[in-house]
Amino acid sequence: MRALKTVILSAAVALGLGGTALASEGVKIPAQSWAHSGVFGTIDKASAQRGFQVYKEICAACHSMKLVPIRTLAGIGFKEDELKALAASYEVQAGPNDNGEMFMRPGIPADRFPSPFPNDNAARAANNGALPPDLSLVAKARVGGEDYLYAFLTGFEDPPADVNLMPGMNYNKYFPGHQVGMPNILSDDGVAYADGTKATAAQQAKDVATFLTFVAEPKLDERKQMGVKVILFLIVLAGLMYATKRQMWAKLH
Amino acid sequence: MAQAHASNFKNPVVKWIDSRLPVFTMLHHEYNEYPMPKNVNYLWAFGAIAGIMLVIMIATGLVLAMQYAANTAIAFDSVERIMRDVNYGWLLRYVHANGASFFFIAVYLHMFRGLYYGSYKAPREILWIIGVVIFLLMMATAFMGYVLPWGQMSFWGATVITNLFSAFPIVGDPIVTWLWGGFSVDNPTLNRFFALHFLLPFVILGVVILHTAALHICGSNNPLGIDPKGPQDTVPFNPYITVKDLFAVVCFLIVYAIFVFFMPNYLGHPDNYIPANPLVTPAHIVPEWYFLPFYAILRAIPDKLGGVLAMFGAIAVLVILPWLDTSKVRSCKFRPIYRQFFWVLALDALVLGYAGAMPAEGNWLLIARIGTAYYFFHFLILLPILGKLERPSPMPASISEPVLKGGGRVAAGAHAKPMEKA
Repeated sequence: MRALKTVILSAAVALGLGGTALASEGVKIPAQSWAHSGVFGTIDKASAQRGFQVYKEICAACHSMKLVPIRTLAGIGFKEDELKALAASYEVQAGPNDNGEMFMRPGIPADRFPSPFPNDNAARAANNGALPPDLSLVAKARVGGEDYLYAFLTGFEDPPADVNLMPGMNYNKYFPGHQVGMPNILSDDGVAYADGTKATAAQQAKDVATFLTFVAEPKLDERKQMGVKVILFLIVLAGLMYATKRQMWAKLH
Repeated sequence: MAQAHASNFKNPVVKWIDSRLPVFTMLHHEYNEYPMPKNVNYLWAFGAIAGIMLVIMIATGLVLAMQYAANTAIAFDSVERIMRDVNYGWLLRYVHANGASFFFIAVYLHMFRGLYYGSYKAPREILWIIGVVIFLLMMATAFMGYVLPWGQMSFWGATVITNLFSAFPIVGDPIVTWLWGGFSVDNPTLNRFFALHFLLPFVILGVVILHTAALHICGSNNPLGIDPKGPQDTVPFNPYITVKDLFAVVCFLIVYAIFVFFMPNYLGHPDNYIPANPLVTPAHIVPEWYFLPFYAILRAIPDKLGGVLAMFGAIAVLVILPWLDTSKVRSCKFRPIYRQFFWVLALDALVLGYAGAMPAEGNWLLIARIGTAYYFFHFLILLPILGKLERPSPMPASISEPVLKGGGRVAAGAHAKPMEKA
């Protein structure tokens, strides 16, 4: 009886906590160690900045990040003048002006990152029919999160003998279905890091995954720091409540 | 001359109001003196916890509704605006999204507590049925709330669930078109779901007030399932139950906060961070976890109409439960055989939930079918028969007796401490 109850209660916990893991399929995604995981983990800002460089120089050629304002990068240590300079390096469409014409102007930090293509159809046309997904939320929109992003970016390999790749497709160990339009884009020293970090493909994947985690959840650090305070407060409150309850009920017996 | 209510309050302002509109007398009667059986355990706190969750959901939902835009073109982006640009918008949204899950956790535990201790039996049948109505309203509200972010699971979940009604012959398709406000899930659907998602919580609040009113007529059940014989068996609600409930509420909030602050997306589905796309169907369409047992029942029946009827039937049996259970003994403590089956039912619900999350094929489909069969067997066959056949164990004469004597008269020694029994 007791044993059955324990089984049921632990099954309840496991089931409740296992909700999203069920959806993963195919190959197991290896877990990486991230500076931002765990209760006290925070985004590794240096890594996220390097990841932004990878995004800007490589990913942004095909992928949009249209939900993210440029000013968001203040959260990984960009100063105001740096943000203004960065924003100004983008051209954004504005208007219409007094003559009713749209015109281009330099960006400001409040602008969102401009997309490489004017619309999805243009993106497909330029990419062999495949639509490069928007990266704003990609770290939260894939089973496995940042672990998946890292695994995907480093998971390109030659297809096994029994796999017939469709034309224009590439083989990726971790992509669901394994055939993906995106080629293996990261290569050793594909970018030159200013801070002297060795730009291996794996390092770039790690950095860009950190960066994408940040843009998907820019309030991650703030959230966890508040969480620690809230839970400490609640634990103290629970202790006081319990002591009060004990004292009150003691009078009853 | 009209008679004013004879108020006992000292404060002149309170007395003035109370003698004209006796709300203070009512509150004093219902929440200060309301006699609670002194042996209730912490499972009785889940009613209060569910009430707190409803308040949290309405409060956060109201503020979210001020920022959200119910239009298919911008709904997804407006949610991201809340997450990124609204002050503490991320907190409001995560509290609200996880709040739905924790509201259901509280209500499911509240329901299983009712099942275990026979809280649905005479004279509490209407109290129980009102509870089932609240549960149905919650399911409708939660389903429509999940549609609002207009992600992939929002859209496809809405498509699957609304399509269920097409299973009914003749009227089915017109009903679905009417629900959608068009010929597919689209902007009119989103608009009306938002309107209803805003309305229903207040309907729930009203029905919760009825639920509480019905409770205060019969009084609360207790772990022994026997009626209090007098003041020696009860304590006034305030302060004894207030402080006990508050302690339970804070403990519950700790678990809730762990999810909100450290794993806010754990109970959600990653696909819902992809904007809705009517042209791309997700590999597996799964509802939120709290619907999974019912989803498993739906898919267990090979016929579409049959599945829909079974799913609604799974809730309908709860409505007639007070008459299906023929045993006069309320608490499972004194029902040695039924007690075992209660845990089988609890396990069955979890297995169904797990099967509901799995693809409906192979062994999982078989397991879902066995689970569904047991669910209906339990309510429709086992309960009526067992009530007649089972011999209850000896019951204490009053609530005070086992509390004071350490349960000497309760036959089974293992159940000697009602206060600690969870």
